[in-house]
Amino acid sequence: MAEAKPKDDRTAARLAGLSFANEGWQAPARGDALARLTAMGVPGRRDEYWRYTDPASFNAPEAMAASTAGDGDDRPVFEGIDRLKLVFVDGVFDAAASDPLALDHVEISLLGAAQSDIHWARDLYGVLEARGQVPVKRPFAALGTAFATEGVLLRVTGAVPKPVALIYIHRAETSDAILHHCIRVEPGAEVTILESGPAAARLTKVMEVDVAEGGRFHHIRAQGPDHERRACTHIFARVAGKGLFKSFTLTANGVMTRNEAVIELVGDDAVAHVAGAAVGDGRFHHDDTVFVTHQGQACESRQVFKKVLKNGATGVFQGKILVKPGAQKTDGYQISQSLLLDDDSVFLAKPELEIYADDVKCSHGSTSGAIDETALFYLRSRGVPLKAAQSLLVLAFLAEAIQEIENEEIAEDIQQLLEAWLARHEH
Amino acid sequence: MLEIKNLHVKLEDEDKVILKGVNLTVEAGKVHAIMGPNGSGKSTLSYVLSGRGGYVVTDGSATMDGHELLGMEPEERAAAGLFLAFQYPVEIPGVGNMTFLRTALNAQRKARGEDEISAGDFLKLVREKAKALKIDADMMKRPVNVGFSGGEKKRNEILQMAILEPKMCILDETDSGLDVDALKLVSDGVNALRDAGRSFLVITHYQRLLDHITPDVVHIMANGRIVKTGGPELALEVEKNGYADLLDAEAV
Ligand SMILES: Nc1ncnc2c1ncn2[C@@H]1O[C@H](COP(=O)(O)OP(=O)(O)O)[C@@H](O)[C@H]1O
Ligand SMILES: [Mg+2]
Repeated sequence: MAEAKPKDDRTAARLAGLSFANEGWQAPARGDALARLTAMGVPGRRDEYWRYTDPASFNAPEAMAASTAGDGDDRPVFEGIDRLKLVFVDGVFDAAASDPLALDHVEISLLGAAQSDIHWARDLYGVLEARGQVPVKRPFAALGTAFATEGVLLRVTGAVPKPVALIYIHRAETSDAILHHCIRVEPGAEVTILESGPAAARLTKVMEVDVAEGGRFHHIRAQGPDHERRACTHIFARVAGKGLFKSFTLTANGVMTRNEAVIELVGDDAVAHVAGAAVGDGRFHHDDTVFVTHQGQACESRQVFKKVLKNGATGVFQGKILVKPGAQKTDGYQISQSLLLDDDSVFLAKPELEIYADDVKCSHGSTSGAIDETALFYLRSRGVPLKAAQSLLVLAFLAEAIQEIENEEIAEDIQQLLEAWLARHEH
Repeated sequence: MLEIKNLHVKLEDEDKVILKGVNLTVEAGKVHAIMGPNGSGKSTLSYVLSGRGGYVVTDGSATMDGHELLGMEPEERAAAGLFLAFQYPVEIPGVGNMTFLRTALNAQRKARGEDEISAGDFLKLVREKAKALKIDADMMKRPVNVGFSGGEKKRNEILQMAILEPKMCILDETDSGLDVDALKLVSDGVNALRDAGRSFLVITHYQRLLDHITPDVVHIMANGRIVKTGGPELALEVEKNGYADLLDAEAV
């Protein structure tokens, strides 16, 4: 199919609608990002990593209107969890709805408000994003660095006593949010970041996470449950020796979601786990594009992505493990699976391994299948009704991804959300 | 208890007839055994009775306590008191054995209009029954049948039966793959459940299970039909002479 417009025109059209606020300490980083974006241009279907996902709605100068309606009876995520709440409405920080920006062992500032130079943030803002542009281009991430005026800057200096929760509320039907967060986890420090909610009709987001020696970063995100929202998100992480990075995402509904994760294990004995559980019914397109680079020795990485698709929903997984020369004793694991609840749904997977060291253990697998009829009959023969048996099997399918959440209370909350979603979308 | 009349069954996807007029009545409190060569249709009979898909009943009926079984969903049959111990118990990764048992028990209770069992009572019940079958707590925590040995799977079937307390129990080759000790455990488990209100249909290939679970009636199945019915001595005859003699005699 011919592209609708040449790339330069599309890029110019996308940029025309944005205002470039080039001031403050971020100015050089923004300028560089804009130059990167202009040079690479916004993506087209011919770009290698956009074959399965149509970037048109991310390229469009304006966000398509999206109803803010969810599934009806869904409850707020992480409701019962003690957390510091930072609320963004249509991508704009809402101080009145948020908790005071004070919590032990973490310095919290806002991207928009931080006019004076924050050294650590200046060294991080746009830096990991720029590193992550090679070898795969990520134009919307550069856009996030160039144009975001909202976001949080967190410097974690010790064991933070409770999770920091970023709560995204979508209120206006055509809101177009751009967010950029920077998180620096200092040596030996530990934090849990929660993200929830749909943010806007369209969200472009970048989160840069720099985990220093022995630091521990946990991220649990729940996207949804609006149906019509569109989101293109990126996580760029750099993990130093003995550091830990763990990210889990639950996605329920959403007409178009692309979640990119770019993780570099730069020190020895570092660990990175990135996992996702996505459930879609009908107009649902969900894309996980993951790139894990092993540079240090004896690092462990896991990618666990599960998708439950029905009524013509589409799931995409593009995941790569790159083991650089010298990254001996690498332990890399990648699994991407879909459970297709009917014949109309599709799963497109592109698992990749690229290994330049000889003493490594890497495995990957990708499967796509229907509910196991034998297991279903076994459950029913013990008296479990059909729908309950199907839900049990769907949850069992997702279990490996959910298990990536370390905190039991949070895992239980995610589990309940999934159960509720399944109950509302029983087939 | 269970009354099967002139049951004819074919495969849904192929024109292959498997059961060709099965007649069988199991009275309350009795143990009936079905023996027969491989491929004679024993497992098919057990699947059709418990409601597995893939088969078409072309003629005949099967009732339990006077209620037609064949139109019921598998879960309805279970709630009505039918239980099949599978020849090949199914592995279900991701579903914990305890969750599975509790979900099943509570679903059956709910279907019968009874209250759910409390968490404490359930735990006590499982502990007691598991202990008798030498199933350790670790096995209960694992996903259903995943990583279980052949013998453990069969014991797990009997544990489910002991907890669900069905009134019509069908055991499909529960003895296959069991060593002598496990066979004893399983048989003791079954015998402990025998009572005036509960019936058993024990499908087996070998006489040895029937040394432990003494049947009231023995049927020989061949080529989709019950070809001979007798007392426990019939099983001994099979053991001694094999099926060939019996079947030849029938053919005459
Ligand atoms: N789903 C099926 N597909 C194909 N053939 C089947 C199926 N189920 C049973 N059969 C065939 O039906 C016959 C009876 O099988 P089965 O009931 O398993 O016998 P038994 O349990 O007595 O060994 C065999 O020839 C078997 O191959
Ligand atoms: Mg059989």
